[in-house]
Order: sequence, then structure tokens, then C-alpha cells
Amino acid sequence: MDERRSWLADAPRLLLLAALGLLVLAPYVWMVSASLKPLDELFRASLALWPERFFAVENYGKVFARVPVFQYIWNGIVVCAGILAFQLLFAVPAGYALAKLRFPGRDIAFGAVMLGLLVPPHVPALPLYVGFSQLGMLNTYAALILPFTISVFAIFLFRQFFKALPDELIHAARLDGMSEAGIVWRVVLPNAWPAATAFAIFSVVAHWNDLFWPLIVVEGPSRATPALGVLFFRSDEAGDDFAALMAAAVIMTAPLVLAFLFAQRRFVEGIATTGLKG
Amino acid sequence: MAGIQISSVAKRFGAVAALNDVSLTVGQGEFIALVGPSGCGKTTLMRIVAGIESADAGRILVGGRDVTRSRAADRDIAMVFQSYALYPHLTVAQNIAVPLAMRRLSGADRLPLLGRFLPGAARRRAAIAQDVAAVARSLGLEAMLDRRPGQLSGGQRQRVALARAIIRRPAAFLMDEPLSNLDAALRVQTRREIVDIHRAAGVATLYVTHDQTEALTMADRVAVMMAGRILQVATPEEIYADPQDLRVATFIGSPRINTLAAEAGADGVVRLAGEAVGLVATPGPLTLALRPEDLWIAESGIAATAEAVEFLGESVLLHARHASGEPVILRLPPEAPRPRPGTALRLGFDPARALLFDAAGRRVAAHAPAERALV
Repeated sequence: MDERRSWLADAPRLLLLAALGLLVLAPYVWMVSASLKPLDELFRASLALWPERFFAVENYGKVFARVPVFQYIWNGIVVCAGILAFQLLFAVPAGYALAKLRFPGRDIAFGAVMLGLLVPPHVPALPLYVGFSQLGMLNTYAALILPFTISVFAIFLFRQFFKALPDELIHAARLDGMSEAGIVWRVVLPNAWPAATAFAIFSVVAHWNDLFWPLIVVEGPSRATPALGVLFFRSDEAGDDFAALMAAAVIMTAPLVLAFLFAQRRFVEGIATTGLKG
Repeated sequence: MAGIQISSVAKRFGAVAALNDVSLTVGQGEFIALVGPSGCGKTTLMRIVAGIESADAGRILVGGRDVTRSRAADRDIAMVFQSYALYPHLTVAQNIAVPLAMRRLSGADRLPLLGRFLPGAARRRAAIAQDVAAVARSLGLEAMLDRRPGQLSGGQRQRVALARAIIRRPAAFLMDEPLSNLDAALRVQTRREIVDIHRAAGVATLYVTHDQTEALTMADRVAVMMAGRILQVATPEEIYADPQDLRVATFIGSPRINTLAAEAGADGVVRLAGEAVGLVATPGPLTLALRPEDLWIAESGIAATAEAVEFLGESVLLHARHASGEPVILRLPPEAPRPRPGTALRLGFDPARALLFDAAGRRVAAHAPAERALV
């Protein structure tokens, strides 16, 4: 019945989704369009998505010529990968312990995690900055990565997800001779793929786009992340050349967009293959 | 040398005593079914034997070795779980191989990628693959070695779980209601398969179930557990015919054994609603218990009223009510005349097969008097 529903019955739903999707995508589409136009066309009163004269080569050329684009993107990859790796390294075992092990003080530890969720990242920013400054670690990858290595949100997310895994699975692993660490990495994490994927998306997007913390600890282009790079480009190089600025923004967001387009199917697979006992 | 020895194990959960001084010995190669209603502590006991749960008191010996303080992995025990607990992300072959991989490969061997190049690792892996193939063949799993548990039916998952348990040749098997997730037809078939596997492996097996049919059909001996205590351990025949406790008598057997309030007078003559029933016992209030198949319709005997008839194929169940209001069920041959509802009946029985229990539910000796007064 449901599968044979006519296209017409689905139309209102699809229309609504399309409209909402367009609304969300509009700024991005406008950015791409603007990056292809010459400056005078950009400031015209009329709204046109399709450029009359293609100025892509000039705009993108300007960006590549004036700023170390690949340096920024490399910095972004190092920082995001570093943060994600450490976050998983700490949060997965912590989430497992909070979800499945019984030990004195567990409830207090979990309470502390919940409390940590309430602290906005801007609050510890100043003391952290002073600390890194005293250690002479400003303008390093370490300064960009270390403050985010322990994510209470990740601990909370994994704990909730691991709680849903059957206890018998963990008991079976123990009887089969696995150590607790073996259980975490060989049994629990592979079966928490959807949670890990969701968290990875969350973490990478947040830190790729983060401007606040890099702005505090980074000076100059050598350690600048993509978001900071766009900012540098605006103030130093492009001035008010918005077309080139849009081109820079497109370049900096492109790796994320590409990554998600390629990985999309795997993410969905990850969610579909968590078939425990039916 | 005993397979599993459980001695004086106790366990409390807060104020609730889950296990109360439980002792049980599973002999080498013996199959013991631990049966009891939900919440009687049988699963807790099994988890203590497995090392998943710790006991407050008592000792556990496996193969003669004290493992009370050992980790689950060091107890040389394999367990089949109710939900099978297969690793969903591994193939059937990988699932079966896990216990061997954990024992025969070193930590370095098991590293992804790198482990393949270590000296000897390839040989050890090949040996494991061979064992997996042999076990898979014996359980008819060859065709599905590359599938994942999510793609298997319940019966197939069950067999993978059994394969994972037998592959490492443990000193003892534990099975926690392994058939409860299968449909009725498959359950009967798998029952036989588990018994055959047990015979072939010759390993001490403790099998937990709430299903008395499973217990009676599969086990060498049945242990009946209630409220944290083991009430009786005996062969299926003995448990059925010679229960030592009223709770055992009522738990084993379907339909339930008939129980009627009786009393032995000062002269020792057992009377039911004032009528002597042909038994002698120590004076006091008693419960007279009779299996449905040990009753028949007679000229004289226990007074009852017929209520309903159920046709089961190989027999007929006659539901009746004793004069005191207690229900009585008779199992009659299918060709026997069926009384209409409301008919007044007299029920006869063989005093030698009647069971008597005292007020505390303990079995008391019943003697037939020299002259058979009634029946």
C-alpha cells in the first residue's frame, strides 16, 4: 500500500521539504554565485544568481595568489583530526565505564560530566589563554587542540548510547577472554558506529568553523585554521573585494562539503547495520 | 573429578536474599537442568558460576580448581546466553573464532594490519580457521560463515552461539535459557541438538530454564530452585514421581498436580472431608497430592463434580471440582466415557501413588493400611 502511493500524494511533503532546504541552502548558493561574479555586478541592485560575465578565474586566482590556502586547510585538517582522535580516545572508555561498570563514585563522576555540559566554552577561555601563554605554547597546534581533547558532550553521548547495548554482549566478551580495553575498542565502539559518526560530524564541523579560540591563540598564517584564514584575507588582502572574499569562503568550506558528500552513504550504512538481536 | 562444584553460595541484593546457601555438584559429563519460576535466583547462580557476578559467600570449583576469585575469562567455562550475545559487527566465522583468537594469539598478533606480519601469526590464524571450519561443519553452519548475525534466523544464531561455546573445549558449559527465543517447533528440534552436542563433548553442563519440559526431557538430573534455595536434585523420573517438597510437586508436571487439604487423625488415618482415603500417616494437617493420570472415575472414592472436558488428542483432561471447592483435574484415555458438566462423580486412585505433604510442605511418609478400606 504505502510503497505504491502515487507521486501526487507525496508532492505536498516534498514541496515543503524542498522549500525548507532552499531556505537553508540560500546563503551558500548566494556565496557560490557571488564568488563567480565581477565586483561591479555583485553590487548591482538587481538580484541575479547567474553571472553575466564569469569572473571566477580572477576571484579564485586572487585568493590562491595572496594567501596560503593550502596551509590553512592543512592546519584545519590537523586540528580537527587531532581534536577528534583525542576526544574519542578519552570519551569512549569514559562513556563505557559510566554506562556499564559498577564502581564507587560513578554517580558523582557522571554528575560532574553533566555539570561540565553547563559550562560554556567561553568561560575557561581566559584562564586557558593565560596558561598557554605562561607555558610559551601560543601559536602551536597543541594550543589549538588541547583545550578540546576532553568533550563532556561526547562522554555523555557515548554513555547514553552504550547503556542501550545489551549487558550480555559484554558478559560474552569477558567470558571469551577479552580485557576491558579490548571490549571497549573491539566490541563496544564498532557497535556504536552511529553515535561515533554523529559525534564526529558534530566535532569536525564545530572545530573547522571555530573562529573564537583560534583568534585568541593564533597569530599570523602559520597556524591559522580556515575560518581564521578567511578573516585574515578580509582584513589584509581583499579589503572590500567581496567577490574574492566569497571565493575564499567557498574554498575554505569546500573540504567539508566534499567530505560529507563522499561519506554520506557510509554514514547511512553505519546507522543501518547496527542489528543486534531483533 | 567434578565438573562444577557450587558450595554454600549466598548472594544478597540489598535487603533481598537472592541465593541462600546453595550447593550443587555437576558431575563430569553430566547435564543438570536448573529449573524454577522467574526470579527464583537461577540466573543469578549461573552468573556467579560464570564469574559475571560475585558471590557474597561460598565457593565455586570448576574441574576441581577453585575459581571463586578468578576472572570470568580464567574459569575455563563457556556460556550460551539467552539473547545469544553474538558480536553484531563480526561475521559468523569471526564470532566463532573470538574465543580461540583471544587464547591462542598474542596481543601483538591481534593488532590490525601489523599482526599479519608477525612470525607465526599466520600459522596460528590458519589453525584457528581450521578449527572454526570443523565446528561449523558439525553444526551445519558452513554456508553462512561470511554472514553477519543480523542476517541469520533465530535458530541459526542459536547454533552460532553454540559453536562459539564448544569451539574452545571448556571444562564446563553454562546455558541460560538458550531456547526461549525460538518458536515451538524449532525448540523441540534444538533440544535434541543440544543434548547431542553435550553427549559428543562430554562436558559438565548446567542448563538454566523456567520450562519444566526442557528440564525433564534434556537433563540427567534436574535441580528445582525456588526463592533462592535448591529444593531437590534428582533424575527427571524421581523429581516427577517422588517430589520431596510440595512446591516441587506443583511446579513439575503439566497440568499441575492436584492438591487437596486432608488431615491425619489421632489414629493416623488420613481423611479427606471426613472420609478415610486408605492411607496412614503421622497425625496433623496434610496436603494430599495426586497426578492427573493417577485418578480415575470409580464407583466410590473422592466426591467431585464434573465441570469441563478438554480433548488433547492422546488424552482427555476432565476438569472437576472437589466437594471442598478445590479443583481436580483427571487425565483420561481419549476413548473413556466423558461425563457431562454437573455430573456427580466418585474418583478412585492408587494409594501407593498418592503423595502426602505436611503443613510446611515437606513430604511425609504415607502407608497404606493393612486392610484397604476404600477404593
